[in-house]
Amino acid sequence: MATPSEPIVLAEEENVLGETAPTSRGRLVVRRFLRRKTAVAGLIVVVLLFFAAFVGPYLTKWSYTEVDVNNPFSPPTTSHWFGTNTLGQDVFAQTMRGLQKSLLIGLIGAVLATGVAGILGAIAGYFGRYADRAVVVLIDLLLVLPSFLIVAVLSPLFRGKTWLIFVVLLAAFQWMLTARVVRGLTQSLREREFVASARFMGVPGWKIIGRHILPNMASFLIIDATINVSSLILAEVALSYFGFGIQAPDVSLGSLIGEYTNNADTYPWLFWLPSMVLVILVLAVNLVGDGVRDALDPNAQISGGP
Amino acid sequence: MVRFLLRRVVYLILLAAIATTLAYFLAATQLNPKLRFEGRNPPPSPASVTATLNDLNMNPDVPVIKRYVTWVNGVLHGDLGKTILGQSVNQQISTRMWVSLRLVLVGSIIGAIIGCAIGAYGAVKQYRLSDHVATVISFVVLSIPIVVLCKLVQVVGISLNNATGTPLFFTVGEYTPGDSSWTSFPDLWDRARHMFLPTLVLVIASAAFYSRYQRSAMLDVLGQDFLRTAQAKGLTRSRALIKHGLRTALIPLTTFFAYNIALLFIGSFFVEIIFSWHGMGEYLVNAITTQDINSTAATTLFVAILVLLAGILSDVAYAALDPRVRVS
Repeated sequence: MATPSEPIVLAEEENVLGETAPTSRGRLVVRRFLRRKTAVAGLIVVVLLFFAAFVGPYLTKWSYTEVDVNNPFSPPTTSHWFGTNTLGQDVFAQTMRGLQKSLLIGLIGAVLATGVAGILGAIAGYFGRYADRAVVVLIDLLLVLPSFLIVAVLSPLFRGKTWLIFVVLLAAFQWMLTARVVRGLTQSLREREFVASARFMGVPGWKIIGRHILPNMASFLIIDATINVSSLILAEVALSYFGFGIQAPDVSLGSLIGEYTNNADTYPWLFWLPSMVLVILVLAVNLVGDGVRDALDPNAQISGGP
Repeated sequence: MVRFLLRRVVYLILLAAIATTLAYFLAATQLNPKLRFEGRNPPPSPASVTATLNDLNMNPDVPVIKRYVTWVNGVLHGDLGKTILGQSVNQQISTRMWVSLRLVLVGSIIGAIIGCAIGAYGAVKQYRLSDHVATVISFVVLSIPIVVLCKLVQVVGISLNNATGTPLFFTVGEYTPGDSSWTSFPDLWDRARHMFLPTLVLVIASAAFYSRYQRSAMLDVLGQDFLRTAQAKGLTRSRALIKHGLRTALIPLTTFFAYNIALLFIGSFFVEIIFSWHGMGEYLVNAITTQDINSTAATTLFVAILVLLAGILSDVAYAALDPRVRVS
């Protein structure tokens, strides 16, 4: 992913370690982030959506399962802000519920995926030999397996159980490319003096990874996690669209969009309003991710991407 | 070089085999073909259900290993088994794969070319208006899930039809029902009108994707000394950019392309389903929802082989583009 920027990330870390400038790194990063108007706008939108997702349901008198028998297929009104569906369920309440799910899935999944990538990539890169072989084969294997198919086949497993299993499954197919980069970064870090001296002092490998290797690629990992958020949100949509993800009676943005696709022409609000919320969410998250990357790693040229 | 490629091929074949095996075991243990026979009226006799399941090699009472061995034996002899409805999986795949491949290959190749062109142009004109416009558009497109993009394109297509008063584009199916031949010019024209909108979706999605990566790869290259050297030895700027810049910038993208084929295939599933094409996407989703073990495993095998071919192709392309690999 960010392979071209590998040495740059390292070089930047080095500058920071031998820091003489008066401003702290944290403040510098924040300032760089704030300088980008699009990133700040994205952050504001994400915060607003968060607020809407968790407070919004209390602002409307309808819950996401409640049925307004007298008003099926109502277009957006003052009572039903996003209209209602076949049964008379309030689409605004459903969308906010779905938004909660998407936000949580994106955040939890991204942390999980980047965490697994960091740990496995570092183990492969640091220990080499069999550990390296095993991780590389695992990475290649998971890249060949179509993740959509595997999660879909496994969907009966979490049917009726907590949706957290679904998040874990999504994250399980999201870490491979990152782990490759982490492996490469670790291999070059392992040859550096500070790691070698720690090793000669007898510090065990897992401690070196935790204390020296991973902190040294923190900016890469943070960047990766922010990018993962939007890809996980989109992966959830893809699976729930076909009914392989979040199951009724619970809803997610993906299951809503899937359910209402066939109504898109006749009752446009059913499909387009949840879709619009989703697109705004993903766009905002992408803008934040781009800003974070520029702030943490100003030399990297890559921007955008999934 | 040949030895390197040969080793890659063996490795990739092994991976594909392991992936398919894994998918078979997952499908065989998680899917329940018996569900198909439950709730029927009148209920079929248990003996006939068992006989049917045995015939399909999907009887959950037979050990998974035994079913797997039977299936693999068939696959090695070129028989992928039967679908849950008793049709031949071979036949299903051989008709459906072309539907998907037509869509994916045309869409992704045109998309990659347009995307690379836009990305490279954006990098050369960095921070100019054209670069900004391309960046904003690709950013927005990348934030739209493919389902929503499909619907958007459909709506635009339909409103174009209404505006011109003639049905120029079709949004349903691959051809007008009853007219599936390829032979005459009107048939081809009919197919083209059906194909335009779904292909457009894939072109837009993949062009946005590739333009981002091509732009960054090109920016990396633009700062390099060899470009200045090329100009110093007398090449014009545009020639230097195309001959030395673009070519170098394409190298990292070839690996990317390989892994994205699988991704695009999944993306094309949505396109197929929304535009009602009877391709692999519809097949896979139906296979899982109808508890069809053989079809699910066969689809995995198909995708794995596709990734394998793409991997080998990208290795070859890598070697062709990068002289360092070619020589060693």
